[in-house]
Amino acid sequence: MGHTLAEKIIAAHLVGGEKGVALHSNDEVSPGDLVEATVDVVLSNDITAPIAIREFEKLGVERVFDPDRVVMVADHFAPNKDIQSAEQCRLMRQFARAQGLPNHFDVGSMGIEHVLLPEQGLVVPGDVVVGADSHTCTYGALGAFATGMGSTDVAVAMATGRVWMRVPETIRVVYRGRLQPWVGGKDLILYTIGQIGVSGARYKGIEFAGPAIDRLSMAGRFTMANMAIEAGAKAGLFAVDETTRAYLDGRASRPYQAYEADSDAAYAQVVEIDVSQIEPQVAFPHLPENARPVSQATGVRIDQAIIGSCTNGRLEDLRVAAGVLRGRRVCTDVRCIVIPGSQQVYLDALREGLVETFIEAGVAVSTPTCGPCLGGHMGVLAAGERAVSTTNRNFRGRMGHPESEVYLAGPAVAAASAVVGRIARPEEVGL
Amino acid sequence: MKLMGTVWKYGDDVDTDGIIPARYLNVSEPEDLARHCMEDVDSGFARAVQAGDVIVAGENFGCGSSREHAPLAIKGSGVACVVAKSYARIFYRNAINIGLPILECPQAVEETQKGDLLAADLGAGTVTNLRTGRTYQVSPFPPFIMGIIQAGGLVDYTRERLRAQARAGAQGSTM
Repeated sequence: MGHTLAEKIIAAHLVGGEKGVALHSNDEVSPGDLVEATVDVVLSNDITAPIAIREFEKLGVERVFDPDRVVMVADHFAPNKDIQSAEQCRLMRQFARAQGLPNHFDVGSMGIEHVLLPEQGLVVPGDVVVGADSHTCTYGALGAFATGMGSTDVAVAMATGRVWMRVPETIRVVYRGRLQPWVGGKDLILYTIGQIGVSGARYKGIEFAGPAIDRLSMAGRFTMANMAIEAGAKAGLFAVDETTRAYLDGRASRPYQAYEADSDAAYAQVVEIDVSQIEPQVAFPHLPENARPVSQATGVRIDQAIIGSCTNGRLEDLRVAAGVLRGRRVCTDVRCIVIPGSQQVYLDALREGLVETFIEAGVAVSTPTCGPCLGGHMGVLAAGERAVSTTNRNFRGRMGHPESEVYLAGPAVAAASAVVGRIARPEEVGL
Repeated sequence: MKLMGTVWKYGDDVDTDGIIPARYLNVSEPEDLARHCMEDVDSGFARAVQAGDVIVAGENFGCGSSREHAPLAIKGSGVACVVAKSYARIFYRNAINIGLPILECPQAVEETQKGDLLAADLGAGTVTNLRTGRTYQVSPFPPFIMGIIQAGGLVDYTRERLRAQARAGAQGSTM
């Protein structure tokens, strides 16, 4: 029997484990095995690192296992939103300095972690990556096995370079057909979560495949892998192809090995999706699985539009948004905030004239931060307010007051909605 | 280990933003987090919860963000254990890693109401509803995970392992 992409990557990192009998390195692994594996990158941020550091210090270990592989990013409540956040960022900064971590990203060099790490070439295909952030699964777009864990797991991984995990079953989702205008990775993943539900892939991996995926850009793939967790998945993986290699050229910090799923791999489920039938999607409050075609959402008035985040804060996303906003004005009843995902994305957007387009349209452009996505700062909602947002979660209270609402969409719908003042199809602004 | 407490009952897909809203993630001490535990799901919980109480919930408890602040807030509230139909995987890991007892038992959840008195025997793997008198068998933990639980969490488990390795190394043996 062949193996899935997740099984192959985990097997290549196997230290030991158990499946009734003991497992040893070089053994094959199967779903359900509890294994100990080496990790290539360990990530945390200004919210999760403080707990990880506290737990690390209880372990009786002086140094992290490899300073080059321990990455810390101040992005959630940075630039510091209040005194307590400043203390958390300082704690992380002090630890990074004491441990000599070259990959500690502070204000001025930081970006939203899941935009930043691939951009900096810190994750490569075949890696096992663990991060104290649930959207660590983003790096599956590069053919890495990347998964979110808690701070204590990350503390142990920082100390030992190893983690324990259960080898997941895999759901393969195959996308066929041609995308309709204004449909991108965000719409595909919202549609998929709508089909399988927020716990449809719980404890499992998802392999995204098919001709429509082969034609999808890296930005679109990052968006899809990013939201695998919103279906409960442990990881969302893509095979490495020419698109991946072109992205990695001149960027990858290390040599890498690209693994492939076997043609006779055993899948828990295979889902077939004809993308030619998919409209741009909008996920209604308060779960990402509440995805509907945008044509069924156009009555919803909005107070705010957020374009950015680890889901949709890449240059391609900003180009799409700018394409919709160019020569138009944000509705006077709407606050539209664009947040480039990294300093590089910001600079590229500036040089391309996108930032000028945004500002002329009446958009506020922010330095990179997770900020409003989790109701932290830079766009928190009042009671009764509604936002359309290119972020990844629309749980109750996610962006602010528990009585506020978040509608998830891609950058084209978010930008068109900002112009019209209610959720809108890009065609409604004359495109 | 035997526990007994009054039930707080919730539905499916309780997310970690609901358990501890991100606006409180600028702190990380369990007692600080406990003041806002479950705030966006049940605004009365943090004020009324008593040490030893039990949270009973549906499918996919703890979905969403990886924040370990969620099980820390629950533990800091004095909640003795969580019984759910199923758990989101990061929450499951986090709870085990920090030593918050969690049990998976769909039938017990179905037949339990808010305010019931629930007893759990973690060693025997049973849950008993003292109102109905019914006892349920919970899904057992694999031996490896049981090892972490018995050590008191992942940090204690790992510290012990590292010490054992250091001792073995000092004696010249290879691991």
